[in-house]
Amino acid sequence: MRTNADQLHGTLDMLVLKVLASGPMHGYGISVRLHALSAEVLSVEEGSLYPALYRMEQRGWIDSAWGLSDNNRRARFYELTRLGRKQLEAETASWRRLTGAVGLVLEA
Amino acid sequence: MGWMRVIRDRWRGTRDRERVTAEIRAELAHHEDQLASQLERGGLPPVEARHEARRRVGQRALLQDAGYDVRGGGGLEIFVQDVRYGLRSLRGAPGFTLVATLTLALGIGANTAIYSVASGVLMRPLPFWNGERLAMVWMDNARISVREDWHSYPNYANYRDWNTTFDGLAVFNQQNWTFTGDGDPERLPGAHCSANLFEVLGAAPVLGRTFTTAEELANARVVVLSYGLWQRRFGGRRDVVNETIQMSGRDMQVIGVMPASFAFPSADTGFWVPTTNVEGARAGRNSIWLQVVGVRKPGVSVAQTQADLERVNASILAEFPNQKGYGVHVVDYHEQIVGNVRPAIVVLLGAVACVLLIACANVANLLLARASVREREFALRAAIGAGRARIVRQLLTESVLLAVIGGLAGLGLGWLGLNALIALAPAGLPRIESLAIDRGVLAFTAGLSLVTGLLFGLAPALQTAQTEPGHSLKDGGRGVTGLGRILRRGLVVAEIALAVVLLVGAGLMLRSFAAMQRVDLGLRTDRVLSTRLALLGPRYQDGAPRAEFYERLVQRVGALRGVEGAATIGSIFLSATPNSTNFSIEGRQDFTPEESVEVPVDSVTPGYFKVMGVRLLDGRFFDHTDTISSPPSVIINQTMARQFFEGVSPIGRRMKYGALASQAPWMTIVGVVADTRRTGYESAVRPETYLPMSQGQDSVSTLVVRTTGDPMAVLPSVRSIVRELDSSVPLQAPRPLDAVVAEMMADRRLNTTLLVVFAVIAAVLAAVGIYGVMAYAVAQRTRELGVRLALGASIRNVLGLVLLEGMGLAAMGLGIGLAAALALGGAMTRLLYQVPATDPLTLVAIAGVTVVAAVLACALPAARAIRVDPVIALRGE
Repeated sequence: MRTNADQLHGTLDMLVLKVLASGPMHGYGISVRLHALSAEVLSVEEGSLYPALYRMEQRGWIDSAWGLSDNNRRARFYELTRLGRKQLEAETASWRRLTGAVGLVLEA
Repeated sequence: MGWMRVIRDRWRGTRDRERVTAEIRAELAHHEDQLASQLERGGLPPVEARHEARRRVGQRALLQDAGYDVRGGGGLEIFVQDVRYGLRSLRGAPGFTLVATLTLALGIGANTAIYSVASGVLMRPLPFWNGERLAMVWMDNARISVREDWHSYPNYANYRDWNTTFDGLAVFNQQNWTFTGDGDPERLPGAHCSANLFEVLGAAPVLGRTFTTAEELANARVVVLSYGLWQRRFGGRRDVVNETIQMSGRDMQVIGVMPASFAFPSADTGFWVPTTNVEGARAGRNSIWLQVVGVRKPGVSVAQTQADLERVNASILAEFPNQKGYGVHVVDYHEQIVGNVRPAIVVLLGAVACVLLIACANVANLLLARASVREREFALRAAIGAGRARIVRQLLTESVLLAVIGGLAGLGLGWLGLNALIALAPAGLPRIESLAIDRGVLAFTAGLSLVTGLLFGLAPALQTAQTEPGHSLKDGGRGVTGLGRILRRGLVVAEIALAVVLLVGAGLMLRSFAAMQRVDLGLRTDRVLSTRLALLGPRYQDGAPRAEFYERLVQRVGALRGVEGAATIGSIFLSATPNSTNFSIEGRQDFTPEESVEVPVDSVTPGYFKVMGVRLLDGRFFDHTDTISSPPSVIINQTMARQFFEGVSPIGRRMKYGALASQAPWMTIVGVVADTRRTGYESAVRPETYLPMSQGQDSVSTLVVRTTGDPMAVLPSVRSIVRELDSSVPLQAPRPLDAVVAEMMADRRLNTTLLVVFAVIAAVLAAVGIYGVMAYAVAQRTRELGVRLALGASIRNVLGLVLLEGMGLAAMGLGIGLAAALALGGAMTRLLYQVPATDPLTLVAIAGVTVVAAVLACALPAARAIRVDPVIALRGE
């Protein structure tokens, strides 16, 4: 089956934005947090995560800076920008609409 | 502000790939460490935890690259990044890069050279203010079937005064004068002109002034110098104005100097003097000796001026019935200059465009083959988020990069080609001296390179865009997609078709050239020295001293060692508008103006026909009994005998120049000679008459010397004989007659050479194209061919399989090419000579050449196919 790359990216982007909404975080932290928040259902591959981060940074949704992690190691921290927050709201709304509609169909 | 830092980062990133990738590397290392320690906490042994973490973060190098790709943001960064990536990838495949660059350089170079000629010759505006509005006004002379004949002064004056569509009409007449100053006497081309010529052309002198109409009509002895002559003979002295100089035995006062750009009527015109009134030249309606140029009123078309002047012409005819047969014909001046060369240039532009298209097709094919190999690379990039558009863009950047490199090399080739062209070009090619690779040509080449890159880059980019990322990664990268296959074959068919069109064109030109060389001029031109002589000034006012000079000259030159014979004639070859006159025949009524025919006026020394190998058909040649005091005699050519004496021998009949009632003496026809093609290869032979030199009028003549060896070897002796006879007589343009004849064919030779060169390049490129596609197809099908051989297919079967495919492509290309060549044949017609555009011999020959070339191109891949070892082929993947 042909996959729609944009749609996949879109979903991952939304989840990463959501995770970052609670505060700045480094790449590894994001992957752990995603895993935990999804009750260990979703695990993001590193090969998708970092390209997604770079892409969103380039679009101005997130911003990054080097900092120190909990165990005092140098790590790159990502932070939501105002544009990113708006993007998250928009994507959340559209996702809700979609899943709601799908739910309606399934329960009919 | 965050966004400023982003921009700064991006910019730095473009310059500093190392730093950006180092950051990415550090980030990934951090991730890997964290993951490993977590796995360890989860119970894995440290070594295994590390291993697992590395596997998951995995493909680190790839992620770095991908991350770097994605971190590129706006246009500039991506562009710089793509160019770098492209350069790296081209460096990685030097063979491919070299072949592609060379192919493109050939295509772009050929286009650059020919476009320079086209833009310089056809498109550059004329160097006069009034360039756009200038027009030549010719006499449409039905009497000698010449549409571009000259005018008499009175007719010109009527057109000038009675028209309503011109701001001004001027006359000129090119003439050579002998220029004596310091150093050798020199024959210089110059022009008689009316005072308003400068104003009509819109030019002003850089020094001094031009002459007035009052001076013109008073026959003032004043001269305006060209910039070139002023520099060369007077060292650019500003005080030359008002000086008196010696020209053709007359004292002439220099009154002005024209700018360097003023090259009228031709580039080598050295001076301008007022129209002459010798022998009432300005008064006679039948002395036709002037060319007319005019400047149209703004907004008036050539057609409108034509209608206007036809109205004036009708008034002239009404008043002077003896002018019947003299019409009028207006030609735009720019069209006049370039009209003759345009068909050749247009055909050549088409030819180089074909070469470039073929080059594009070849490079596109190379790229397609390469793209198949690189499919895995792109699939991987797509999988990690580099986006399809991004990859297409990357590929196009690479193609354009290739085209730019090819374009630079092509510019070099084009420059070389243009210089070679200028060196080879016949003297008659208008404005050849100003050809150069200027800003316009540079822009053209740059634009062409970009378009070329996009054109040949499109196919592989499209193919790659079609590729499924997963598919390629999984099946081990064999990468044979249907689209690529069709594209490759389509491109080869197209380039074969284009090459066939060019080959047919070149074949037709070659056939025309051969046909022309077979034409019998009626003259033996080998081992002949020819040179012009002018007997001017008061000493040669009468015929007797001229005749005496020529007689002594041919006697002494004829007696030289190594000389078989010498003679003179007014001029061997004639311009389209030779010095000519009407005539009448005794016992036949005057020709009516409608049926009147004119013959050129020439006189020859008795030995002329023998020296030049012209056959006598009837009567006798001139001999020493034809003197200035003997009864006038005349020899006519075969065409004239046939046309006016209808099969009855004309020997003994009498004719005269002018009407029956004119004062001209009766001349007895004493001989008929074979026709000679004195107006060149392309026009029909006209009726001609020859007078004995002793009774003729020619003050300017051509001396012909037939030698036993190299004709130029006798030149020093000839020169010293002329000097001994009269040191004031200059020798002009001494050359072997063969060179004169070759020059008559020079532009045809050049066109033919160029078209053949381009066609050969095209054919070679197309053959390389078939070879490339077949070689690639065989390589792709190694496994299949191996299976076939293993299952018992004979070598012949496999050979047939490969050849059949290749020949199928060739046959399709050939068919389309021949059809296109037939359809385009009309554009060639004006360039052909006695060969129809549908010449069956050419078409068959080209078809044969194409088939042979295709077989050769397929032979190597086919040979490789039958050498396939089934075992290795099956194991090979």
